[in-house]
Amino acid sequence: MASSSNSSAQNRLRIIAGHLESRAGVAAQECKAEVPGSSPSRLTPVPKRRQEIMKWNGWGYSDSRFLFNKKGQAEFTGKRYRLSGLILPSLKDWFEGTFGASLQHKSPAAPTLSSSAVPPPNMNEPFMEDLKAAGIAVSRDTEDRVFRAHGHCLHEIFALREGRIGRVPDAVVWPSCHSDVEKIVELACKRDVCLIPYGGGTSVSSALECPREETRSIVSLDTSQMNRILWVDEKNLTAHVEAGIIGQDLERQLNERGYCTGHEPDSMEFSSLGGWVATRASGMKKNIYGNIEDLVVHIKMVTPRGVIEKSCLGPRMSTGPDVHHFILGSEGTLGVVTEVTMKIRPIPEYQKYGSVVFPNFQQGVACLREVARQRCAPASIRLMDNDQFQFGHALKPQVSSMFTSFVDGLKKFYITKFKGFDPHHLCVATLLFEGDRGKVLQHEKQVYDIAAKFGGLAAGEDNGQRGYMLTFVIAYLRDLGMDYYVMGESFETSVPWDRVLDLCRNVKERIVRECKERGVQFPPLSTCRVTQTYDAGACVYFYFAFNYRGLSDPVHVYEQVEHAAREEILANGGSLSHHHGVGKLRKEWMKESVSGVGLGMLKSVKEYVDPQNIFGNRNLL
Amino acid sequence: IHTFLETECRNCYIALVIWTLFKPLNADTVRTEAESFFDMLEERRRGSDISYALRTFNAQPYRGATPTSTCALNRMVLESQYLSYIIQEVAAESEEPREVILEDATGILDEMAQNLQLRSIRLLGFIMNKVFQSVFRSIYVNEEGLTRLQQAIQEHPVILMPNHRSYMDFLVLSYIMFTYDLSVPVIAAGIPLMGMKLFGEMFRRAGAFFIRRGIGSDKLYWAVLSEYVRTIVRTGYAPVEFFVEGLRSRTLKSLTPKLGMMQMVLEPFFKGEVFDITLVPISISYDRVLEESLLARELLGVPKPKETTGGLLKARTVLQEDYGCMHVCFGTPLSVRDLMKERVIRVQYNLIPRDLPIKPNKETQEFVSGLAHTIVRLQERNVVLSPWNLTAVVLLQNLQGIDLDLLTHRTLWLRNLVLRFGAHLNWPKHLSDSEVMSSSMTLHHSVVHCEKGRVYLVEELGPGPVSQEEGVLRLAAAVLVCASYRNPAVHVFTRPAMVAVAMTTAVNNRTDDIIRHFNFLVELFSNEFVFVPGQTVQDFEEGCSLLQLAGVIVRSDEEMHVTEGGRETIVFLRAILQPFIESYQVVFRYLCEESSQTFREKNFVPNVRRFIMKLLIAGEVQSYECLSSDVQKNALSALLRMTAVTKTKVEEQNEFTVNTAAVKRTWNFLRVKAPDTADTQPRSTSEEPDDTR
Repeated sequence: MASSSNSSAQNRLRIIAGHLESRAGVAAQECKAEVPGSSPSRLTPVPKRRQEIMKWNGWGYSDSRFLFNKKGQAEFTGKRYRLSGLILPSLKDWFEGTFGASLQHKSPAAPTLSSSAVPPPNMNEPFMEDLKAAGIAVSRDTEDRVFRAHGHCLHEIFALREGRIGRVPDAVVWPSCHSDVEKIVELACKRDVCLIPYGGGTSVSSALECPREETRSIVSLDTSQMNRILWVDEKNLTAHVEAGIIGQDLERQLNERGYCTGHEPDSMEFSSLGGWVATRASGMKKNIYGNIEDLVVHIKMVTPRGVIEKSCLGPRMSTGPDVHHFILGSEGTLGVVTEVTMKIRPIPEYQKYGSVVFPNFQQGVACLREVARQRCAPASIRLMDNDQFQFGHALKPQVSSMFTSFVDGLKKFYITKFKGFDPHHLCVATLLFEGDRGKVLQHEKQVYDIAAKFGGLAAGEDNGQRGYMLTFVIAYLRDLGMDYYVMGESFETSVPWDRVLDLCRNVKERIVRECKERGVQFPPLSTCRVTQTYDAGACVYFYFAFNYRGLSDPVHVYEQVEHAAREEILANGGSLSHHHGVGKLRKEWMKESVSGVGLGMLKSVKEYVDPQNIFGNRNLL
Repeated sequence: IHTFLETECRNCYIALVIWTLFKPLNADTVRTEAESFFDMLEERRRGSDISYALRTFNAQPYRGATPTSTCALNRMVLESQYLSYIIQEVAAESEEPREVILEDATGILDEMAQNLQLRSIRLLGFIMNKVFQSVFRSIYVNEEGLTRLQQAIQEHPVILMPNHRSYMDFLVLSYIMFTYDLSVPVIAAGIPLMGMKLFGEMFRRAGAFFIRRGIGSDKLYWAVLSEYVRTIVRTGYAPVEFFVEGLRSRTLKSLTPKLGMMQMVLEPFFKGEVFDITLVPISISYDRVLEESLLARELLGVPKPKETTGGLLKARTVLQEDYGCMHVCFGTPLSVRDLMKERVIRVQYNLIPRDLPIKPNKETQEFVSGLAHTIVRLQERNVVLSPWNLTAVVLLQNLQGIDLDLLTHRTLWLRNLVLRFGAHLNWPKHLSDSEVMSSSMTLHHSVVHCEKGRVYLVEELGPGPVSQEEGVLRLAAAVLVCASYRNPAVHVFTRPAMVAVAMTTAVNNRTDDIIRHFNFLVELFSNEFVFVPGQTVQDFEEGCSLLQLAGVIVRSDEEMHVTEGGRETIVFLRAILQPFIESYQVVFRYLCEESSQTFREKNFVPNVRRFIMKLLIAGEVQSYECLSSDVQKNALSALLRMTAVTKTKVEEQNEFTVNTAAVKRTWNFLRVKAPDTADTQPRSTSEEPDDTR
């Protein structure tokens, strides 16, 4: 996959972005605010009516989904992804074998949203009139409201598929610039309206759920129309960007000028810059570019108390506690992030994928630990366990030639027979190198040499690239599972190196045990991967999924299992979250995570900044 | 009572868990369980020893284990972060170079480590096959227990926790494990066993690892031992077998558990290094133990022979005797994870590197202690009694001899009582009652003999005319041997008997007063009988409900009364505890009247023995069991625990200081009260023990 700088960037974009040009955008209202040097190309890739291109009750674009065709073969529809339009011959067997599911037993979703299921809006009419007077776009449309009432937690999507709708926002408002937000917040304070900021809608922490106990009118503040790159500073390598821009647009537009941020969370197709800031997001290439807190130079946020921002763009300051850290991870409880200045980098000259097969997970973790010790981690290094490795194999598209399948067979023979790897224990690490060509090749050698010390065998670029592609399609796969009585979820943690193996084993086993105890008939899929390395530990990502056929209240079972798994993580020295955030889903553990005093500090900030609880999503605290 | 209830609340969780483990048994369940035992020797007798020893051994090991050689295991221990940390500390403290300490550690490990080899197991299997077939009529094993164990071994690291009554215990267990294709365990053994030429090495190769006695504050030794044990558990190298009672019980009564080893085996779970640990309580019951004749001698102060090969060879004459049957009951495997639930917050380990030594917090210690006590109680639950155990109980209440007919009658009466109390009883089905009696008396011809229809204890014959003291000692030896056959059954009676005693010592029939006296008894005798700490309410309820079930008492909300027909049982139950009560009283008397204010530990037993001897000769003390050093030491430990006696270290020796007033208070409380003295004094004594909990 080695290629020159331009084509590699293009290639990566194709994977994640797809055909943006064909998308019809609803033109945003021009913001009145004059911004010098504002970006000339004003694409609005995320329309106000998102449901026109995206699923209302599942993940991602409406045109892209997995299905089992009439022959019982799995295929992925659409044209956006590398897998699009391809047949995946082994997915069915893997699916049926892993979950004990059957294509005969379908559990289809409710096809359309029944507006009778949606509670009528609780309008604060004076507020609505004020907005109208201020010329800010607003909607009371049922579909618009339902779309913004949820993130992508399993229970949220499951309820939608069953046509069950809980409390939804009473209106949606689309500011198109910072000053619009200021107006909206001011009016909300005046009229005592609850605001819930909404960026990409990819939350997996119940952060977007409307609190049941909220009696005021709830207005969803959709930042998607604040999506311009306001300026690019090539001397300091920074860009000033409106916070509603979504990851793929930011990256593409910067790429056009020869730059990138390098921030690539798995959700980057849909998640927004403001959302990253509000949840302390992490990108897959953080080893080179850093996580969001390393990337931001300046943040502007509108709060009920007014606007908070720093007075200069100095790269580091000793001015008391960093006020940015009140904002980073505040999860929409304090205000709306409107503009961010963040670091940019020239697009790397060269990019190369790679993969290494290890005889077992222990060896793999030992290798990652060594790589971290030597501080030579590539842009990305991820270690999948055996289950996930097999899962990856099930997603291999149909091979076009006899030759490829012959070569695959040969590889398999070499690894399992000649090298004596047990196919039920081996695991694979996927790698991504970036930089100038010479250094990448040198770096690559260094990493493969370390891997060899732990019994690792280089397994080719293709396997590596497929591993990364998976992260973008996995969310689509969950929808397929739910069509056949399989529900699943992912969650993550960070943990010191010496506990990684124990935590992985214990959490996976806890999931299996809990499922069994709660009457799940078939053993669940319980798998993990190490997705980030740090000096002092790693980030671990778990997937679990099970066949819920025969359970009377599957969501409840699922919630209990997930709860138990989180307890297990905490008992094994893992953190409450590495990058998903707390939201309402993990709130109950906040106190034990940050201590009573710590929680009190956060509460006192909230008290000062938002005494009326205008930003009343009740996340975190 | 209030302070008591508070401790109760803290422990209510574990109490709840344990309560669920102790569902009352009824006769039906007893009978069906008894049927599921099978005689493993029967099959062995049909096959050849050689082909048995050489057959393919095909155990399903723990599936999470990584195959490790003994060398690699030892290397892991020596190279562990934990040990290197301790070595560094010890080196700094002793100002010796690190290398020297490392060498010490290596030496300790070499002395300790097992060297489990299948070859040796086969050899041992061959020998055991011969020996067991000759000394035992049958070895009964519960089949379901084996199946459950086989399952458990594959799932998580398993800890085998047998009771310890005989040297045979661990041999028998390994023999069973080998016979039924179960992973052969590594076994924590006392170091004296290692000293036996040839056998020491053979045991080592059969999986025994050796632990010194009285490790005390030897930091390096503790470190090597604990890391060794943890490494075995963590890697799932083999099931670990250890005796939670710490020692072989010389009285054949359960001992209060020792917690050090328990803490070590559980630590990998506390730290999350393993998903779960499975504990398997194992109850081994002998019709007759091989060490029978040695037990009483030891308790009376004739020191036990050093464990030497020569001694064992001499024991060959011992091996020609008939020892009847033995029962090995593998209890239900317990998941530590389930038992613990969220009781111990494991997060406490998160802020400290896990290889550093961490002192377990109070919660953890309480859990470990509760668990260890629970295991002993579960062992007791599955002990299989023989008719002889019941006969021994009756005999001890009739030392002057008893008519065989009456003895038979009383034994049968007792049979009904113990079955109601939920004991497992192996009563031969196809024999008449008189045949049962005579067969057990034949088996125990060294303990009893029958003359003209009257049954007497057998006293050891010595040369010529004996002094008064020798006479007492001979009788005491006979009594203690007999007591050692009552003791395996004593747990069946403990709680109801304590209720019976409390009903006598309490001033009136009010339940709360009886509870107060019961609590005091539990406190006082908790070195003597095994009570799960903080579970006294349940103990009382258990005692009462058994008595109610047997129709001995009636209970209203406020009061308890003995029924007309229950008098006999109450008297009988009290008589079971009487030797213990009298022994404690006489020790208290010694401390108040005879002993100096402070005394050395080593002088205690000889002096108190001399004192008791005098009283026995003078007829002031009735029970010969008072002469047992075991009960004397327990009485002292109880006072120590209740802070009526304090211990200090003077010139490397333990020295005790007696608080005479406090001892007197305790002593007083044990007496049957006249109504007027009862209410003022007991209050203070009963609070004291509660506070020391």
